[in-house]
Amino acid sequence: MSDDLQTLVDRLPGLADGVLVTLQMTLGGAVLAMVVAVVLGFGSRTQSLWVRGPSRVVVEFFRGTSLVVQLFWLFYVLPQFGFKMEALAVAVLALGLNYGAYASEVVRGSIASVPKGQWEAATALNMTWLHKVRRVIFPQAWALMIPMLANLLIQLLKGSALAYYITLQDVNFWTVELRRATADTIFSYTAGLLVYFVIAYLLTWGMNLLEERAKRRLGRGTRPSLREAFGLKPRAMYAPKVPEARGAI
Amino acid sequence: MGDIWSWERAWDVLPKLLEGLVVTIQATVVGMVIASILGLFIALAMRSPSRWVRIPLKFVVDFIRMTPLLVQLVFVYLLSPPWIPGLAIGCVVLGIHYATYMSEVYRAGIEAVPKGQWEAATALNMAPGRTWRAVILPQAIRNTLPGLGNYAISMFKETPFLFAISVVEMYTAAQQFGAGTFSYIEALTMVGLLFLAVSYPTSLLVRRMETRLA
Repeated sequence: MSDDLQTLVDRLPGLADGVLVTLQMTLGGAVLAMVVAVVLGFGSRTQSLWVRGPSRVVVEFFRGTSLVVQLFWLFYVLPQFGFKMEALAVAVLALGLNYGAYASEVVRGSIASVPKGQWEAATALNMTWLHKVRRVIFPQAWALMIPMLANLLIQLLKGSALAYYITLQDVNFWTVELRRATADTIFSYTAGLLVYFVIAYLLTWGMNLLEERAKRRLGRGTRPSLREAFGLKPRAMYAPKVPEARGAI
Repeated sequence: MGDIWSWERAWDVLPKLLEGLVVTIQATVVGMVIASILGLFIALAMRSPSRWVRIPLKFVVDFIRMTPLLVQLVFVYLLSPPWIPGLAIGCVVLGIHYATYMSEVYRAGIEAVPKGQWEAATALNMAPGRTWRAVILPQAIRNTLPGLGNYAISMFKETPFLFAISVVEMYTAAQQFGAGTFSYIEALTMVGLLFLAVSYPTSLLVRRMETRLA
């Protein structure tokens, strides 16, 4: 055991690299997913069939075909058409498109649950569409969607472990290497899983802070107790009940 | 398009993929059975009055839920004796991983049962076991059906992770075909389309069930 620990300490610099790659994928994927989600989420709400139809098709396509298949398709098949990308870009693209499709359902659902009067009031104030959305509708929808987006962010982090199989040296890679060095499966995999757990915990915590801030901006802020602030799910205790969007799995 | 995509090769790979699809569906069904039963027990144990049960259990559940399924699969696979087939390990790990999600669905379902139902059961002097079996659970489980359906679809789409523990499900079958014939395009594209062909109609069914039950 002490040998194992020594090996672990020797490999901490490698862990930093692995965590960096995992974070790059997770945050890069999340940013792309958010862009995709907002575009497709609003696209699925428009009156025009020429926008709504393609948006729905894209969402159902990326939700319906597995992440694994999409990632390996981008990695193995796309180069044969002449598009060659770096492995990290492939991972970010696959994660962003897949989870962006799920998140677009969350965006669509949250926008739909902003009371209609808010739209009408903004129209009465003669705001342009963009102004309405940016200053009135989206801030309210944003507070609603954060808990569900937090779930998706954790799913995205977990999905990024797949990138080891397209040659990326992430936390999963570090775990496999640690096992090779220590020949101790239980030790190395427990360490690897703990690293993922800590990252997931920190991300959840960050999302809770974001939710708190979003609510405060709406004048609905609460002052969470320490236990709520550091727990995994403070929202269950004081957040208004939000109907779970269908995509939030 | 002609020389890149060949319908002939796509046709050749189809039987192998359908064999893989059977394995994929087996894993989903067995995994979902484990997840729904274990998930219920987790949800019930989480309501235990003793914090010595609740706190460790919550940690374990959060730990399983927040770490990658892929790493868990490989971990359990490496620890198990070699005579256990990969598919069995895959089903159990999928089942346990999704049980942690399902426990949340059950929890919400149980909490949605009106309080009056509990009070009525107490007024009728029902034993706790009978209250659960005859009054609470039948209503709670009805609430959980859409969640169960959604997670079944989501598990179906995560079965390709079993490639990491050398189970020949649909994706691995395509991968093997691609490696043998250097025609990944048809094989991988067909896998994606097959996933879509199964999961999209199922998700429509679940959606209908959701509106029906709501």
